Order: sequence, then C-alpha cells, then structure tokens
Amino acid sequence: MRAKLLITAAAALLAASTAAFSAERIKFEFWHGLTGDLGEAVGEVCKRFNDSQSDYEITCTSQGSYDNALQNAIAAYRAKKNPTIVQIFDVGTLDLLLSDAYVPAHKLMEDNGYKINWDDYIPAISNYYADSKGVLNSFPFNSSTAMFYWNKDAFAKIGKTEAPKTWEEAFDSFKALKAAGYECPMGWNYDPWATMEQFSAIHNIPVATKANGYQGLDAELVMSKGKFVQFVKDLKKAYDDGQVKIKTPATGETIVQAFANGNCQVILTSIGDHGTVGKTQKPDLHWDVAYLPVYAGTERKNSLVGGASLWALKGKSADEYKGAAAFFNFLAKPESALFWSTRTGYVPVTKSGFEFMKAQGFYNNAPYKGREVAIASLNASPVTELTRGLRLGNMVQIRKETVDTLTDIFANKVSVDEGLASLNDRANALLRKFEKTYAGVQLP
Amino acid sequence: MEKRATFSAAWIGFGFVLPQILLVFTFFYWPSGAALFWAFTLERPWGGGNEWVGFDNFRQVFADSAYWASIVRSLFFALATTLLSMGSGLLLALSCDRGLKFSLGFRTLFVWPYAIVAPAAALAFRFIFAPDAGIFSMLTKINPEFWNPSQNGYHAMFMVIFCYAWKYTGLCFIFFLAALQAIPRSVIEAAAMDGASATRRIRDIQLPLITPTIFFLIVISITDSFQDSFGIVDVMTDGGPAKATELMVYKIYFDGFRGLDYSGAAAQSIVLMLVMMALTFFQFRFIERRVHYS
Repeated sequence: MRAKLLITAAAALLAASTAAFSAERIKFEFWHGLTGDLGEAVGEVCKRFNDSQSDYEITCTSQGSYDNALQNAIAAYRAKKNPTIVQIFDVGTLDLLLSDAYVPAHKLMEDNGYKINWDDYIPAISNYYADSKGVLNSFPFNSSTAMFYWNKDAFAKIGKTEAPKTWEEAFDSFKALKAAGYECPMGWNYDPWATMEQFSAIHNIPVATKANGYQGLDAELVMSKGKFVQFVKDLKKAYDDGQVKIKTPATGETIVQAFANGNCQVILTSIGDHGTVGKTQKPDLHWDVAYLPVYAGTERKNSLVGGASLWALKGKSADEYKGAAAFFNFLAKPESALFWSTRTGYVPVTKSGFEFMKAQGFYNNAPYKGREVAIASLNASPVTELTRGLRLGNMVQIRKETVDTLTDIFANKVSVDEGLASLNDRANALLRKFEKTYAGVQLP
Repeated sequence: MEKRATFSAAWIGFGFVLPQILLVFTFFYWPSGAALFWAFTLERPWGGGNEWVGFDNFRQVFADSAYWASIVRSLFFALATTLLSMGSGLLLALSCDRGLKFSLGFRTLFVWPYAIVAPAAALAFRFIFAPDAGIFSMLTKINPEFWNPSQNGYHAMFMVIFCYAWKYTGLCFIFFLAALQAIPRSVIEAAAMDGASATRRIRDIQLPLITPTIFFLIVISITDSFQDSFGIVDVMTDGGPAKATELMVYKIYFDGFRGLDYSGAAAQSIVLMLVMMALTFFQFRFIERRVHYS
C-alpha cells in the first residue's frame, strides 16, 4: 500500500517536473486551413520547427478549410481568443489588410531582431500580398499558379510532341483530339481563378480598373470586353462541338480525377495538383505541365499566384510574437522550402529556396520534374500593374457570380455578351457595398 | 383552509425560471438582437467600426431580383418537401400500422434516414444522381438532356428536394405511427365489422383522428425546410447550377460565412425570420381551425 502511494507520488512529481520543463518553452498557436495530406504536411513542418530549437513550441491546428480558418480566426479575434498566427487564403487578404487586427510582417521581424531579405521573395508572389508601398504585411506560405496539364500520349496520336503555346493551336488540338476519338479533349470546371483571372494576367488585360483594385477601393469590374469575350466565345464553341466537357463534383468527377484516369486529355488547374495527379494517375499515363496558352500575337506576362499567406494577429504577448518571428524565420530558410515543396506540390516562395532546390537536383527526376515550369510561369515577365493579382472586395461572391454567369452561358440561357455584362453589374454592386463598408479607410 | 402549497413571494418563482430565462436570453435574444443591429449597419468582419445605414441593407436585398427568386424557390422547396415527406411518411405509417408482413422490422428501418446527418446523406445522393458516375447516369447515357443536374436547374432542384424529403420521411413516419397507434383499436374494429373498407377507415376514422399530428408536422416541416436545408444544398450543388438551388438559408450562409458580408446576411436572416413567422401565423390562423383535438 505504502509502496503504491510512493510510486503515485513519484509519478506525480515526475509529471509536475516535465510540465515545468515544457512550460519553459514559450507556446503559441497556429491555425491553418489545409486538410488531409496537406494538413499533415503542415503538421510535419511544425514538428520540424519544434525539434529544431528548444525555446518555443508551436501548436498547429487545422480548421478544416480556408473558409473555416478565416471564419474561426475572425470569431476568435472578436472574442480575443485568437491564435498568434493564422493562415489566410489569397482572397481573404483585403479584409484583413484593411483591418487593425494584424501585426505587419516586417514590423514583427524588425522588433524581434530578425533580418529578412524581402527582395528574396519571387516578385509575382510578394507583389500579390504587398501593400501599395511594396511592403509585405504577411508571409507568403503555400503558393501555386495555374498550369496547362496535357496528356502526352493523346497529343502524340494527333502528331504533337509539345503542348500548344497559343489558344488557337490549343482549340485546333481539341478538334483533332475529338476527331481521333477522344471523348473529352479538355475538362473544365468554370474555375474563375484558373481560367479568367490567370487569362487576364498573362494577356496583361485588366479584370478591374484602378490596377485591378490595388490603387483604391473604388475599382470597377471590366470583364465584359476585349479578349475575355473572345475567350469565353471560343470556349463555348468548343463546348458546343463536344471538345470541352464540364467536370465538377456534381457531375461525378472532378477535372483532376478526369485527367488522372485518362478521361480528359487537358485540364487547367493549380500546380498544387501536380502531386495528386502523380499519385492517383492511371499506371501508363504520360503527361506533363506547360504554360497556360495565350492568344497569338500576345506578349506573355507572368501568371498569377494563388494560395495563402501567414499573418500574425494582434493581442498576443511579446513572448508569443518572439516565437512567431522565429517560426517565420525558420520557414524562410531554403531547407524549409525544399521540405515543403517536396512534401506538397506548392512552389518555393523565395529565389534562394528555388536555387537551393535546383542545386539539390529536385527538378531533375520524376515525380517532381515539370514543377519548375510553374516558377518559370510566375517569372515569365517583370510584374506589371495588371499581373500583380486582384485586390477586390467581396471577391468570394464575385467569383461565385462568375461561375454562375459562365454556367448560364454554357447552358444557353444567356448570350456571352449579355452574360458578361450582367456579371459586371452584379460584381460592381458588390464592390460598391464593400467600399461603403470600409468608408474612410485608406487602402494600405 | 387553503390546502394547495403556494409560494407567497414572487421572487421564489422568478428564481426558478431564472436559469431558463438566462438560457433563452443568451442563445436566442442576444444573437437575434445582434443580428438586428448588424442588419442596420455595415459591419466590418475583423471589427473596427460599423456605420449606421438605416434600411440600406434591406433595400439592397430587395432590389436584387436574384433574392426574390430565392424567396420563391424557398417557398416551393418548403411546399414540395413537406408534401413529399409527409405523404410518404403517412403511407408507410399506415402500412406499418396495419401490421403487414415484416412491419416490425420496417418500423425501425424507416426511422434511420432521419438519424443520418444531412451532409452525409447529401454526399450519398450526390453520387447516386451524378450524371457521369451514379445510377442516374444511365439516363444521361441515353440522352444528356434527360438527366444533367450539373447544368439543368430543374433537375438539380428535384435532386435536392428528393434528398431532403427522403431524410424527413423518417421523422414524419414515426410521428404518424405514434398517432395511429394511439387510436383505440375498438373504434377501427367496430368500423371494420360494419363493413368499412381499409380506405374508408383511413379516410373517415384514422385521418380525422390524427389531425393534430398532421398539423404539428406541417408546422415543423415547413419551418425546418427553411432552416435545415443548407447542409444538403451545400454538399450537393453549392446553390448551383447558376443559383437554381440557392435557397434563402443557403444564401445567408454563403454571403455571411463564406463572403464575410455580415450585414447583408443579417438583413437576410431578419427577412427569413419574418417570412417564417408569417407562415406560422397563417397556419395557426387558417389551418388549425380544421384540427380536431379530442
């Protein structure tokens, strides 16, 4: 009996001492929106950070999705129970930027004595998140861009060994693929990011006035003219001729699944899906990724970044910010870039990270070969006013309106011109409402 | 001499109801009050300021033809799902009540759909109805015009209604069965001995005697269909194709939670609350008259 008591006491003492030991490490929280394999990859990054030093301990929690991470962070922030770091997806950037809820990334690092070489970030990535002074308020984290995925075997059957460089060539190829007996030359899912937004950047045409919103909240959508109209009309024609097929969860197969099992020969999607296609593809499928096509006679510009960045939220202790700064510094190391890009399909966000990965031979062999094209696509030109990205309010709703409009157009409910014109009107109403919500706030 | 135990002081009674009042206040009046306030302001998601705008949010909501369409759609959805789930629930309950073969087993089986969470049911039905992969793809293979909920709004609406009604049939079934079993056997047996057929007994005895349950289920089904449908819509169609299945509650969820337009969503939930109150009032005023409470 007494021995038992002693053991219990010893165990309690041990527990207390380990608790005291771990209490010495400063703990802080990081909420992210990635799940499944990507969520596990974030967990491994956190573990690597925790193992790399003994002063701080990060706890990483997945919130289930980008949307949830944003909603939960807002709810927590309003209740003053927010995490120190939160991952916010690209279109959530503007709301946070206009708020008073964050500690600017550059200030956080300066205050804690870290020197970050901000010019090391790949311009197409840093410009997307930077404010009007070119200063980064958050750390670009998981980043991707859209690519043209093509099935080499199918293209070989129509005598092509390279991916089409222009849309004219691409549409001709779809026709030839159809004639060669392919049921679905191109699978499409109305995705505004991979089609419309990327299209605007590489053609250097505006989605909205005021440099796509970067110069003020009074920007207006201008998607109803020029090359957009031609592009949608061409896509619609290819769809009517059976060369483009709609693939969404509602039809029973996503574009990525349709491509990986060989049903569709071309898709436009994020480089982030490179790993998924590789892992889930039919055994004998030969495929590659290439630049998104442009219309003939267009000078190609850089494509847009997509993904999310990491923000430090206000209302935490100085110690927790020290931990957050250490974590960001850890992420900025080339070794972290290599780990992250190997584990996921995302691109490295810094030049040094990219160089390091090249030097390690990362891009030489399958399954990673081809991913360097995504960096090349982001670096295709110096970033212009129109290729930085989109800084528009109510962007989630605008994207939904875009999908709805395209659906109506493809179901023959409205003509291309009418549809895009009404999309403009509906989007502008959303933009004006957003502007009014932030009346009197200067866009940083 | 007063024999009943009474409490002289009012504060004792008040003390007893206080926990309940606190609960109702915290979980109903307070959030509703906040929604009411947000509906008249422009609220910034991350805090830091909201501006009083009067009825602007409501004006904006009502100026949008897509919003009116979603109201009509929600009313249709409520009517269709209520008819379908109550109709099939009643049919199954009557059959079980008659003690047909295996009715004991079916009694348990029919309640199950209600126990399945909406998104899980929706996921299963999304697959069943998928034009490229599911069971219904047989129709699509004959002719793409026959079945394509990813592009045809009517097909998508049918699919959502079917899934919702399937889930709620279980609830209606259990209530109907309980009501039917509460009818004294002697009444039905007497009618049978007088030569009344099964359908006659249903029409003249069973249905009139379960009108309170029918009324209760109408009220509950309609109210629930306005609130509980968003999980199914979210998983099956995302409100699409092109808003064809965008119900009021889904629009609130999308604008408020996904789009961070808190004020617009708050105004919409006030409208939804008013619509539901009006409907319930209408039901109590005009339908309850026909209900016979024994």
